[in-house]
Amino acid sequence: MSLLELKDVTKRFGGLQAVGHMTFSLNKGEILGLIGPNGAGKTTIFNLINGYVTPTSGGILFKDERIDGLKPHVVCHRGLARTFQVVKPLARLTVLENVMASAFCRTNNRETAREMALEATAFSEMESWRDRSAGSLPLGMRKRLEMARALATKPDLLLLDENFAGLNPAEVEKTIEIVKKIHGSDVTILIIEHIMRVIMSISHRLICINYGEKIAEGTPREVADNQQVIDAYLGVAHA
Amino acid sequence: MKAARILGAAAVLLIPVATQNPYVLHMLIMVLMWVVLGQSWNLLGGYTGQVSFGHAAFFGIGAYTAGILIKGGAPPATAWAGLLLGGLTATIAAAVIGWICFRLRGPYFALSVLALAEVLRLVAVNWKQLTNGAEGILLIPAFNTKAYYYYIVLAIAALNFVVIRFVMRSKLGYYFLAIREDQDAAESLGIDTTKYKLYSLLISAFFTGMAGAFYLNYMNFIDPGIVFSIHDVSIMVILVTMLGGVATYWGPAVGAVLYILVSEIFRVWLKSGHLVFFGILIIVLIVFFPNGIVGTWNERAAKRSRRRVAAGPETT
Repeated sequence: MSLLELKDVTKRFGGLQAVGHMTFSLNKGEILGLIGPNGAGKTTIFNLINGYVTPTSGGILFKDERIDGLKPHVVCHRGLARTFQVVKPLARLTVLENVMASAFCRTNNRETAREMALEATAFSEMESWRDRSAGSLPLGMRKRLEMARALATKPDLLLLDENFAGLNPAEVEKTIEIVKKIHGSDVTILIIEHIMRVIMSISHRLICINYGEKIAEGTPREVADNQQVIDAYLGVAHA
Repeated sequence: MKAARILGAAAVLLIPVATQNPYVLHMLIMVLMWVVLGQSWNLLGGYTGQVSFGHAAFFGIGAYTAGILIKGGAPPATAWAGLLLGGLTATIAAAVIGWICFRLRGPYFALSVLALAEVLRLVAVNWKQLTNGAEGILLIPAFNTKAYYYYIVLAIAALNFVVIRFVMRSKLGYYFLAIREDQDAAESLGIDTTKYKLYSLLISAFFTGMAGAFYLNYMNFIDPGIVFSIHDVSIMVILVTMLGGVATYWGPAVGAVLYILVSEIFRVWLKSGHLVFFGILIIVLIVFFPNGIVGTWNERAAKRSRRRVAAGPETT
C-alpha cells in the first residue's frame, strides 16, 4: 500500500523548473532515499510534500488524500513531519521546550506534552541536553533536535533532510542507529542524503534526480551502477 | 520566598489604607495602568514576537467605547460595564486587523497598527456626532476618592498577571514562543501561525482596551490626541516594556514603575527640561541593560548558576 504518492508533480519558479514531472510512490514501512547533485531539487520536493510550496501542476497524495496546497501545519497534523537541512532550532527555548512545542500537535495538556517530549528526547538519545538552550547546541545535537522535534508530532511519515551532513564519524553511526530505531517504531521514512555509505546502508530503495527530473530508481545497488547517475555526479566522460 | 510574596501582596492591598494622599495614589494608579499596558504589549511583542507600533489604537478604542456609552445617556453604572465593553470592542478591532495582517510576515503588522491608530485618531477628531471631536469627552467623576480607582486598576492588573501566567504555561504560550523563534519551524511543527498570532493579539488588545476604558473613567476626560497618541501611548508602552525587560514576566511591571516614577521626578525637578533628561536616561539604560532590567538580571543569574554547575556540585 502506498503511503505517499507524487503524480506528475512540476514546480516552476518563474522560468526555472525546479522539479519536473516527478512521479514516485512510497510504500508504508519503507525507507526511500532521495539523492542527486547539489541543486537537483531534492529539498524542493520536500517543500512540496510538506506544503511550503504548492506544485505548479500535478498532485500529491498522502494516505490516499490530496495534500498539495495544504498548509504545513495541516500536513503535520495529518501525520507527516520533516526536518530541515538548515536547522531551525527555537534558539531561546531549551531542548525540552522545543520538543514540547511540537508535542502539542497531539495534545492540549502540558504534562502530556512534557512526557511526550521526554520520550522523544530519550529516543533521540539527547537526555543530557534537555535543559540546554537550543541556540547553544553544537551542530550534531541541533540535527538530532530536528529529529526529536519531528518525532514528537507522532508522524507516520518522516522526511529527513540531510540529517547526517556535517557530523563526525561517531555521530554518523549514532544517527544511523537512531534512524533505524525510528523506522523500527513503524515510521515510514523519506531521506535526502549525500553520504553514500549512509544512504546505501539504510535505504531500501533509491531515487536519483538531476535538474528536477528523475533519472534513476531502484535498489541502492542498481542506482549506484546506473550510467546516468554516474554521469550526473562525475560528469560525462568524453574519452 | 512565599512569605515575601504574601507580604508584598498585603502591602499593595493596604496602601490606600495607609495613605489617603491623592498625589501618591495617583502615581500608583498610573503605574498600575502602565503595568497592564506593558504586560499586554509584552504578550504580543515580547513573547509572540509580533511588534506593534500602534497599541494606542486599542487603548483609544477602549476609552472611546466607554466614553460614548456614557455620553449616550447610559446610566452611570455602565461606566464600569464600559471596562468590559471597551476591552471587547478593542478585541473586535484587533480581530479585523490581525486577520488581515497576520497572513503576512515581517513589518506589515507593526506598520498597519501604526496606521490604524492614526486613522482612528482622525476619525475621532472628525466624527463629531459620535466622539464630540477634538473637544473630547468630559464626564462627572463617579467616585471622589482615589482608593476606589486604585483597587479597580489593581484588580485589572492582577487579572492580567494571572491570565498571562496561565497562557504562558499552556499550549498557547509554547506556540507563541515557537512563532517568535522561527515561523517556518513552527508551521512544520503543526502550528497554525496565523491563528495563534491572532490569539495573542486578541488577548493583548482586550487588556489594552480595558486599560483605555479605565483611563476614561479615572481621568474623566479624553480627547483623540491623548488616547490615540503615538508618543504618549504607542511608543511609551514599548519603552516601558523594553526598560523592564522584553519577554520577561516582571519586566513590564518594573518598567512601568521606573518610567512613571522617574518621569515624574524629572518633571518636578527639571520642569520643562525633563523630557531631554528622560530621553538621555533611556539611552543610558538601553546601552547598559540591552535586555531591560529584568532581562539583564535573569541573564546574569543564569550565568552565575552555570558557573556554579561548572565548578562542580555544591557541598551542603
